[in-house]
Amino acid sequence: MLRDAVLVAGKDLRIEMRSRVGLNQVGPFAIAVLLLFGLALGPDRRELAPASAGLFWVAVLLSTILAVQRSYAIESADAARDGLRLSGLDPAGIFLGKAGAVAAQLLVLEAALTVGVALLYGTHLSGAVVLVAACAVGTVGLSAVGTLYGVVASGLRTRETLLPLLFLPVVAPVLLAATKAWDAAIAGTPGRADSWLDVLVVFAVLYLAIGTVAFGPLLEDE
Amino acid sequence: MSTSKPSMPSSRAVVATQALGVAAITTVAATVWLGLVVTPPDEFMGNLVRLLYVHPPMAWVAFLAYGVSALASLLYLWPRTRAEHFDRLAGASAEVGVVFTGLTLVSGSIWGRPTWGAWWVWDPLLTTTALLFVLYLGYLAVRRVPGEFQARARRSAIVALVAFVDVPIVYLSVEWWRSLHQAPTVLNPTTHKTYVHGSMAWTLLLGFVAFTLVYIWLVAHRYRLAELQDLEDTAGLEMALAERRSEGMA
Repeated sequence: MLRDAVLVAGKDLRIEMRSRVGLNQVGPFAIAVLLLFGLALGPDRRELAPASAGLFWVAVLLSTILAVQRSYAIESADAARDGLRLSGLDPAGIFLGKAGAVAAQLLVLEAALTVGVALLYGTHLSGAVVLVAACAVGTVGLSAVGTLYGVVASGLRTRETLLPLLFLPVVAPVLLAATKAWDAAIAGTPGRADSWLDVLVVFAVLYLAIGTVAFGPLLEDE
Repeated sequence: MSTSKPSMPSSRAVVATQALGVAAITTVAATVWLGLVVTPPDEFMGNLVRLLYVHPPMAWVAFLAYGVSALASLLYLWPRTRAEHFDRLAGASAEVGVVFTGLTLVSGSIWGRPTWGAWWVWDPLLTTTALLFVLYLGYLAVRRVPGEFQARARRSAIVALVAFVDVPIVYLSVEWWRSLHQAPTVLNPTTHKTYVHGSMAWTLLLGFVAFTLVYIWLVAHRYRLAELQDLEDTAGLEMALAERRSEGMA
């Protein structure tokens, strides 16, 4: 299963390295979202800085939708999905691989967004361990739910509108917990982030487990 | 996989549904009469207390509906119990659940405006209920995507379970979010107790019975409608095939 996961993740990341859609489209999209938040909340840094954790994570959530849509768009061309199904790879491995590739791209994006938040909103970032931990665990949860719902929506005619509707309410706990963990770290009290990191871990483990079990039947559907 | 064709309901089933309908309407009417006429206004809340005879029962029905939907989805996914009627039950129950979630939010909001001074407060229960509303609207959207019955049923069942599993995590995280920053808000189960006495308690109890009956009645009809829709789909296909064949013969 893990070998299959590495194969699929390698394939997705190689396609991404060559096509650069994430770099050329998802990244700029996330930066545009950060700029728009700045415009919406005004130029006053005293208002922007306290909200920066929440704004960062909303930008990540929106970018996840694009990354997941991209991840399934590459399967829809040239009947790649049928190839994937007929490849004999373990469906659980395919799920973990695709989720892993999405997570890897999101982590790169989050690193760029962190710099963006610090520069644009004037947020003084501290508690690096908590910031990185929240990103790592939160991203696993987001990628797991995104990849699971991505396969539900892919192949359906309404996939562009269906995926955000399904995805966003389910990941509300990730937004909440990751924002609170970041808030605690930025406020210089990283100890208060512990219970929020626990929420992120439970969420990630739960949806990784559900995805591993449910992905096979869903992939067979279309 | 059972592929039982939907058939006309037996006369016993029709009579049972009609009796259920009469019981539901009668108990709702009795709740209205008790709630608006017989019971006194509350010492503190005045006439606002009358909303409490319908609001908790609505919320109860919403959560009951999602529970039934999740259970039916699980039974559909389990190979040994897989049957079409579990899929239809899950869909019917969730649809009624969404309606009652909407009613819960609206009635709670109307009660909250004069009581808390705001249409909306970020209370764990309210926030969870609002997220549930959107979660299950997504589920209904998945159900509405046309396609082959089995694929759609399996897809819907998995989405229903993913949504249901999310509910406790949402509730706990929102509760922590609030309790870490603000004092607990008014909506707490013990406050209901202190207000409810005598005829008020009976009215509230009757409200629960009435709305539960309405729920069962609505689900029975919605289930039957889903059966007829599936029947129409198969019959429509067969009719189209027959027409094409007769064209070929001519």
